[in-house]
Amino acid sequence: MSWLSILALSLQAAVGFQAASYALAATGLNVHFGYTGLSNFGHAGFLLVGAYGMGIAADQGWGLGAGLALGIGAAVVLGLLLGIPTLRLRGDYLAVVTIAAAEILRLVANARPSEPLTGGSHGITGLSARLGFFDHNVVPSGTYGVGDSFLFSSRQLWAMLWCWGLVAVATLVVHLLARSPWGRVLKAIREDEDAARALGKNVVAYKLQSFVLGGLFGALAGAMIVLEAGNVSAGTWVATLTFALYTVVILGGTGTVLGPVVGAAVYWFILRLVEGILTNLWFDIDSSTVGAVRLALMGVGLMLLMIFRPQGILGSRKEMLADAR
Amino acid sequence: MTDHRRSSWLLLALVALAILTVPAAAWAQGAPGKTTATGCEFNKRQAIEANGGPLGKAIWGRLCQVIDGKPTMAEGARLTASQDGEQVAAVTTGPDGVFVLPIPGNGTFAVVLDPATLPKGFSLTSAKESTLGQVSVQLGDQQATFRLGADTRGTRTFSDYATTAVKGLRIGLVLAVAAVGLSLVYGVTGLVNFAHAELVTLGAITAYVATKAGIPFWLALPVAAAVGAGLGWGNEVLLWRPLRKRRMGLLSMMVVSIGLGIAVRNMLQVLFGPDGRRYQAATGQVDRAYGPLRLTTNDLLIMLTCTLVLLAMTYLLRRTRIGTAIRAVADNPDLAASSGIAVDRIISIVWMLAGALAAIGGVLYALTLNVKFDMGSIILLFLFASVVLGGLGNAYGAVLGAIVLGVVQETSGLLIDTAYKYVVALGVLIIVLLIRPQGILGQPERFG
Repeated sequence: MSWLSILALSLQAAVGFQAASYALAATGLNVHFGYTGLSNFGHAGFLLVGAYGMGIAADQGWGLGAGLALGIGAAVVLGLLLGIPTLRLRGDYLAVVTIAAAEILRLVANARPSEPLTGGSHGITGLSARLGFFDHNVVPSGTYGVGDSFLFSSRQLWAMLWCWGLVAVATLVVHLLARSPWGRVLKAIREDEDAARALGKNVVAYKLQSFVLGGLFGALAGAMIVLEAGNVSAGTWVATLTFALYTVVILGGTGTVLGPVVGAAVYWFILRLVEGILTNLWFDIDSSTVGAVRLALMGVGLMLLMIFRPQGILGSRKEMLADAR
Repeated sequence: MTDHRRSSWLLLALVALAILTVPAAAWAQGAPGKTTATGCEFNKRQAIEANGGPLGKAIWGRLCQVIDGKPTMAEGARLTASQDGEQVAAVTTGPDGVFVLPIPGNGTFAVVLDPATLPKGFSLTSAKESTLGQVSVQLGDQQATFRLGADTRGTRTFSDYATTAVKGLRIGLVLAVAAVGLSLVYGVTGLVNFAHAELVTLGAITAYVATKAGIPFWLALPVAAAVGAGLGWGNEVLLWRPLRKRRMGLLSMMVVSIGLGIAVRNMLQVLFGPDGRRYQAATGQVDRAYGPLRLTTNDLLIMLTCTLVLLAMTYLLRRTRIGTAIRAVADNPDLAASSGIAVDRIISIVWMLAGALAAIGGVLYALTLNVKFDMGSIILLFLFASVVLGGLGNAYGAVLGAIVLGVVQETSGLLIDTAYKYVVALGVLIIVLLIRPQGILGQPERFG
């Protein structure tokens, strides 16, 4: 592989479907963590319900719309169910509860008794075909792009179109909300919860609204991920996914409108670049080692970012989240 | 102070209970462990022997039922085999209960046992099963098994319950050793350390490397503890102390610890490999009956080691100057500093303790399963659950929480599907946080 094609592949990843899905999920996490200061460590759980909404709809023979509605409905229910009792908890407690809740969802989805609904450890396969996601593809079949590496199939473009479209909508929503009085209350809660309460704001209600809204974006991202992949299984929605999304949010700029989008693009660009360099220099490297090195790098990146540039690429040091309680 | 005293008594009571469980349970019922084989097992070699020669093309088997604890054969029972509704063979069993139904060749047959011809005392486990409708013969001959007698599968004896509870206690004690450090670090620095999982893993891996280098397992354990203490100290001096000096927020530090954990875990996967490995000491373990309990030698050694380690830790915290200083720093670092305690030195000691305890916990946990790069991160949530269950920052609470969690987790497997074992443990964590966020032993005023 030439260095030029490695660069092209990295650029492809930066604008590709994975970056789009991460941007969408991270936009949701940014509403939680960036704007409201909620340490939601179980974001993967929201993605999971969105994903299984699609999977179950496909399995039961319902349509795409039903799958979307199921995922969104489940995310709202999860947000309320988890949020109402837990949002009074302090930051570190909330982190532990949300991560545990997401793990419970994953373990239950993976368990043998859940097989009739979720397919257990086998998951649900062939769902985009059953839901007919690619049947409506308006992009004529073929490959598009420049050079030998920066290429997209029509299927990829169709999925990207949808996912980036949703990212645009979500970003616009966040942009408008952040400038609204509602958004200013969220930021006030992040900066000083007691002060916001003293001003007569119902802090828990605002937190709950933020929790549900961000969870909704997460569920949409989960639904898109499984539509593109064509199958859903429990192994995807692990805590590491949540932490990757944290890396994306912090990299882009916590509490900025475009932070998650920039973060996701840069995150995937770097990951692909490292992958390309590794496979180019180290010929007999196997894919599991590449995956491990990639994740190790993500971990180091998260640490260094948090220590040396917590405001990320777009954030301002003044408005960054220093110590959310 | 009274609160501390009460919790230390509670801990002592618990440990005593843990030690007493084994002999008490043994005294409660002297029955030997039951054997799983019933004596009704039958194989082709025995069939050939009973037939007095090769079976040829046949469907064969033996009618046997456990009556009064002894395998008993059914004589005079009539069996028929049919293919496509046409009877191809009929035999009556002899005194050895064996039947050999000759068949024309490979195919699918229906084998019928006439329940009315079974001798007195014999019965089919399920009346529906008098006909085996789909006996598929592909290699000339095939065994057909009729289940006789009451269904004993799935019934559990007192011994099963007692053994499971003690295994849960063993897991709880190991989790307790691993979790105490997490709780101590939280107590003195306020950090929820996600990278604690990797201290656990590194301990197990160190012991593995040491045993491979020829050090006996029970000597490798203190070696791993020493290396763990060093790693804990390195953690504090190289990372967390500088970050505290920068006045980094606790939530940001938590995110840093997540990054550290992910980085170390994946580097370990590259260096140690993705597969699990077993200690030499973990092999060749057999269950022995101790009264109603069926435990391995390792089970006993693990429980003994954990109990000793926890007692030593309690002594350190209760009776030594360092322990007093640790409790003072945990209560109020500023006040401790102004009364002449070197806070940074105490925090370093706590980190060393945490590292050593995590390593010991990791080694003992791996002894019952295997050594794997992600073993720590798999049990991390249970460590959190133990710590939170007992009360964040309360070392005795962590021990109590871990023991409760271990026993609940294991015994729940007897009542509901084992797939939900971990779900139960995590569910306990969430419920406790919601109804009593300060935990069982925590002090309410510290929490909001």
